[in-house]
Amino acid sequence: MQALVDRLEALLADNSIFTLQTLAYYGDGLATTVQLVFLSLLLGLLLAVPLAVGRCSGRRWIKWPIFAYTYVFRGTPLLVQLYLIYYGVVFVEGVQQSWLWPLIKDPFVPALVAFTLNTAAYTTEIFRGAIKATSKGEVEAARAYGMSPMLTLRRIVLPSAFRRALPAYGNEVIFMLHASAIASVVTLMDLTGAARFVYARFYAPFDAFLFVAAIYLCLTFAILYFFRFLEKRLLAHLGPAT
Amino acid sequence: MAATPLPLEVRNVTKRFGDTDVLKGLSLEAHKGDVITLIGASGSGKSTFLRCMNLLEQPDAGELIVHGEPIRFKNTAKGREPADWKQVVRMRARLSMVFQGFNLWAHMTVLENIIEAPIHVLGKSKKDAVEHAEALLERVGLSHRANAYPTQISGGQQQRGAIARALAMDPDVMLFDEPTSALDPELVGDVLKVMHDLAREGRTMVVVTHEMGFARDVSSRVMYLHQGLVEEAGAPADVLGNPQSPRLKQFLAPKY
Amino acid sequence: MLDLQGYGPRLLEGAGVTVSLAVLSLALAIVLGLVTASAKMSPSRVAHRAATLYTTLIRGVPDLVLMMLLFFGGQIGVNTFTDWLYYTFDVDIFINIDAFVAGVVTIGLIFGAYMGETFRGAFMAVEQGQIEAGKAYGMSPRLVFWRIRFPQMMRHALPGLSNNWMVLLKTTALVSVIGLSDMVRIAAEASKATREPFTFMMVVAVAYLLIASVSEWIFARLQKRYSIGYGEGD
Repeated sequence: MQALVDRLEALLADNSIFTLQTLAYYGDGLATTVQLVFLSLLLGLLLAVPLAVGRCSGRRWIKWPIFAYTYVFRGTPLLVQLYLIYYGVVFVEGVQQSWLWPLIKDPFVPALVAFTLNTAAYTTEIFRGAIKATSKGEVEAARAYGMSPMLTLRRIVLPSAFRRALPAYGNEVIFMLHASAIASVVTLMDLTGAARFVYARFYAPFDAFLFVAAIYLCLTFAILYFFRFLEKRLLAHLGPAT
Repeated sequence: MAATPLPLEVRNVTKRFGDTDVLKGLSLEAHKGDVITLIGASGSGKSTFLRCMNLLEQPDAGELIVHGEPIRFKNTAKGREPADWKQVVRMRARLSMVFQGFNLWAHMTVLENIIEAPIHVLGKSKKDAVEHAEALLERVGLSHRANAYPTQISGGQQQRGAIARALAMDPDVMLFDEPTSALDPELVGDVLKVMHDLAREGRTMVVVTHEMGFARDVSSRVMYLHQGLVEEAGAPADVLGNPQSPRLKQFLAPKY
Repeated sequence: MLDLQGYGPRLLEGAGVTVSLAVLSLALAIVLGLVTASAKMSPSRVAHRAATLYTTLIRGVPDLVLMMLLFFGGQIGVNTFTDWLYYTFDVDIFINIDAFVAGVVTIGLIFGAYMGETFRGAFMAVEQGQIEAGKAYGMSPRLVFWRIRFPQMMRHALPGLSNNWMVLLKTTALVSVIGLSDMVRIAAEASKATREPFTFMMVVAVAYLLIASVSEWIFARLQKRYSIGYGEGD
């Protein structure tokens, strides 16, 4: 390990911007970005499944509140949502004196909440579309074999809907990765935050931002290929017979 | 030499698609008032031959002479192309085509379809174009649908509108590419009747068709194509009434 | 009652910035999109590769990073250029990269890539027979493009265009980060000053929803106009 650090140090010897220290900033930023995106996607997914089922429900008092939620969160900028949640918490009367403060002082939590609510709204609509596209024949077949509505949903509708939703969900994941860049606006040191810090410190915008752009590009491609792989595995039944 | 040049002359046209020779040297002479019917099984090259006549398909070799004016070609890395696209555009305006799938422009009404090219290609005034179009719609029996969009009318009506659109160009030669093949049987008659009338008034026409009745009654000359070559050609009474080659005999034999 | 504590007029001004920024970016994006689509459909391999590189890079990097790169980096680039002018030609000028211009250029560049895909798909969706009919009647390529391909393409492109516009509208919020006083920035300032984030952010959220609804209505009318002759009757 030490040998590796030494080699890296030798490599960077002539570089005044990309020192071991700045690389460490980017490294920490990468960790923050990945955690933030992964956690918000995971929580968003967990929220979206029941919401999507509710959105397809025939009952108005279930359907409409969910629609209102997705409409507002899909219709307004994520930045506004982030500000609302971040400042909303910060400016609550007396919160800065309470025991909760150390926990929420870190912008990670409000960012996570905003991102989760945002991605859950988009994912809900993606799943809704996929559920609606389930062929009536498949559902009828399940009914005909005596499956209960719940069982039909769990065994027939959702599995096929998830597969159909995969390409759109892959786009949503990439979208969230890119959207997470705005976390830096509320002083979170994610990847973009690190780039902004390096830029401010060395006044070297090209180095700072091109480097981080390259990292995002790599992450994007990794996600893209992961979803292509998943689609190949899971959507084989929709392709031409081999 | 004839005093007036022929409206359309094609000499020794060849065409390859990949490894297949689709046209192996076809010629055709259309005199004024001729109705030439091209018949043959599918894959015989008759539609490709027709499409070469207005260069929707580029022939690999051969000559094309429209109203005494030879079309100039040049050789490029991708094959032979017309040397002067302006000449092609001018030539196309004198030959108008009626397609199998009608190809009426979907975003325009029937009337707008008819006046489009006369206004923008021939430079006619809108007033003249509309007047002419209304007369043509009357002829093809479509006056009541002038302001309908193509999807709102039947296939037979669309094809009659398309014929009116072709006539609006005052073409020297009309090219028909299987004009009735996409129609329901009960709609074929109306379209054939319009074509019949056109032939009687002395229009020069080249028609690719499967309608043997039309070929027999209307055409001045029938050409039977097989695998990119003319197998038999001549007056309809000879070609259809007394076929020589076994292939043509089989082609003309009742299919049931 | 809603109390904007004197920030009302400034918020309105900010809304004006948001809308004009969005409209100008859209115009740029449409132009770039048409160019990209033509490049992708052109037989030239160089044009095709350049267009693919452009769309891939744009879609792989966050909007905010591109915006900061262009805004902060662009200024340095321009300064280097004007310095060089000064030292070599003794020409002394100063060009300041305006946050508004940087915003329009970045957002236009980003959405040009998305529009390119939309337009490409839409052009491919136009039936070949429609174009052939134009050629067969002696229309020049230009005439075929403007009278047939373009109007028919628009019908196929409009849903995607409308979708891109909705995303673009929300993306304009990012310019507040590079210092432009759009409505989000003014609301954020007001939130900090008055310690009432809910009031101001809610107003801005409603404003976005309002703009979105109005544009939805406009797009529905356009769609109707360009769908003339499709799917009616029968």
